[in-house]
Amino acid sequence: MEMNIMLAGFGGQGILFAGKLIAYAGLLDGRELSWLPSYGPEMRGGTANCSVCLSDEPIGSPLVTAPDALLAMNVPSFDRFINDVVPSGVVIVDKTMANVCPTRADIRFCGVPATQLAEENGLKGLANVILVGTLLKMTGFSTIETLNAAIDKSVPPRKQELVASNKKALAIGFDFVPADDCLATSA
Amino acid sequence: MSEKVLMKGNEALAEAAIRAGCRHFFGYPITPQTELAAYMAKRLPREGGLYLQAESEVAAINMVYGAAAAGARVMTSSSSPGISLKQEGISYMIGADLPALIVNVQRGGPGLGGIQPSQADYWQATRAVGHGDGHIIVLAPATVQEMADMAALAFELGDAYRTPVMILADGLLGQMMEPVVLPEPLNSADLPAKPWALTGHGNAREHNVVNSLFLVAQELEDSILERWQRYRAIQEKEQRAEKYLTEDAEYVIVAYGAVARIARSACNLARAEGIRAGLIRPISLWPYPVAALQETVANAKAYLVSEFSMGQMVDDVRLALAGSRPVNFFSHTGGIVQTPDELLVALRRLAAGESIDLVPYQSRLA
Repeated sequence: MEMNIMLAGFGGQGILFAGKLIAYAGLLDGRELSWLPSYGPEMRGGTANCSVCLSDEPIGSPLVTAPDALLAMNVPSFDRFINDVVPSGVVIVDKTMANVCPTRADIRFCGVPATQLAEENGLKGLANVILVGTLLKMTGFSTIETLNAAIDKSVPPRKQELVASNKKALAIGFDFVPADDCLATSA
Repeated sequence: MSEKVLMKGNEALAEAAIRAGCRHFFGYPITPQTELAAYMAKRLPREGGLYLQAESEVAAINMVYGAAAAGARVMTSSSSPGISLKQEGISYMIGADLPALIVNVQRGGPGLGGIQPSQADYWQATRAVGHGDGHIIVLAPATVQEMADMAALAFELGDAYRTPVMILADGLLGQMMEPVVLPEPLNSADLPAKPWALTGHGNAREHNVVNSLFLVAQELEDSILERWQRYRAIQEKEQRAEKYLTEDAEYVIVAYGAVARIARSACNLARAEGIRAGLIRPISLWPYPVAALQETVANAKAYLVSEFSMGQMVDDVRLALAGSRPVNFFSHTGGIVQTPDELLVALRRLAAGESIDLVPYQSRLA
């Protein structure tokens, strides 16, 4: 299975780390993968994005231009990338930060109030990992066991106390039951 | 074998260079190369090495000159505008027959250009890396693994032929993370002896001289002719290229570095449509892998060159094929990255008998 993921949001929301978690899961699954951050002027304007490719074949271009999945953590990121998503692709949005509804009918959309969920559960700053949990649930790009192992690997040694909270955030996103607050507007 | 780790290309190259025995780094920060220098700043002091951020690229390359003259396994890294500043020092090192590793993580130019990936320094690296009659060996990685593997290779080739060696990467390869197996550390006792180095000897031997100034014309010609014998040996023994699906290929893409990855995807897409496409990926850009190209001519109907530039390596493809087959061209430049689909369209048009010389400005002007 080939899976090209675009993650986008403001600097500081943990976009690059969320991408890294997915990349580490690919590494642990023994797959081909690439992780490419934006490092251009858009980074200096306060937004960050990150391309992650998972594949069973060697990765060609590491730059994701037609994502199978978009993980957007703010409105500018949703607006910028929504039309690039492939038909039947997955779009996951942090509803707390971007109260948007799908502008296309041919995608699988899920709005998660990730920032709010993080704060309610004492997981401030881990909205990114909650969204990775939802992405895992919706696409099955890996397993929850592998993602937990990826957290073990990618949390730096001096921040080991964050391992448990990252795993909790992942589980919250994985178990999130979407409430279709967009149905009224899209119907 | 050590385990696979996730690293950026810039960091993998830095770690591999340390493992290859490099203990001296002189540089100056510039995007998209900076992680390489930052990694060295963190790691080299712990290895008993020296990291020095010089006051400028010009100073850094002359520090490399000095350390190389003293026999150190030494390197510098920069990105396009910074390499331009280092050119004088590189020419002096060519003239003084000094091995050193120079890494160029290319960004767009000319001038300050941009900071997105580019291959627009091909001519500079292979044709005019400094003034004068000279070359350096130029290697082009296409994966993070190759960024790591080429560090030791570059030092080995540099020592064997007494020449500076360049690893010509780009912003994509520098910034991306991929799984990489880092090479085992070399034992410093296994590094080759450098009897020519200026090491201090208390008059125990003849003086060594490291110099690039020859005021007597005959002496200068003699020194260049001697160096050219080494260049000839390099051209005979050190051509490197990877071939992908070329055995029966009618349409052969020639691409190096990050573009070769995209071209490989395009070949797979074309094959799925019944177009017999293949890829030659030059790994050594100087010496250019002429032999690998010529081996594919028998089945090939046409060649397609793609670069992140307005067309520089395409010159070497035309020289290697010497008019025997049509050479077509498709590129983006300035930091725009071509997609596999764009190359697929180009291959379809070739298969339909068209010829292509496509750069973005043509469609914009049309």
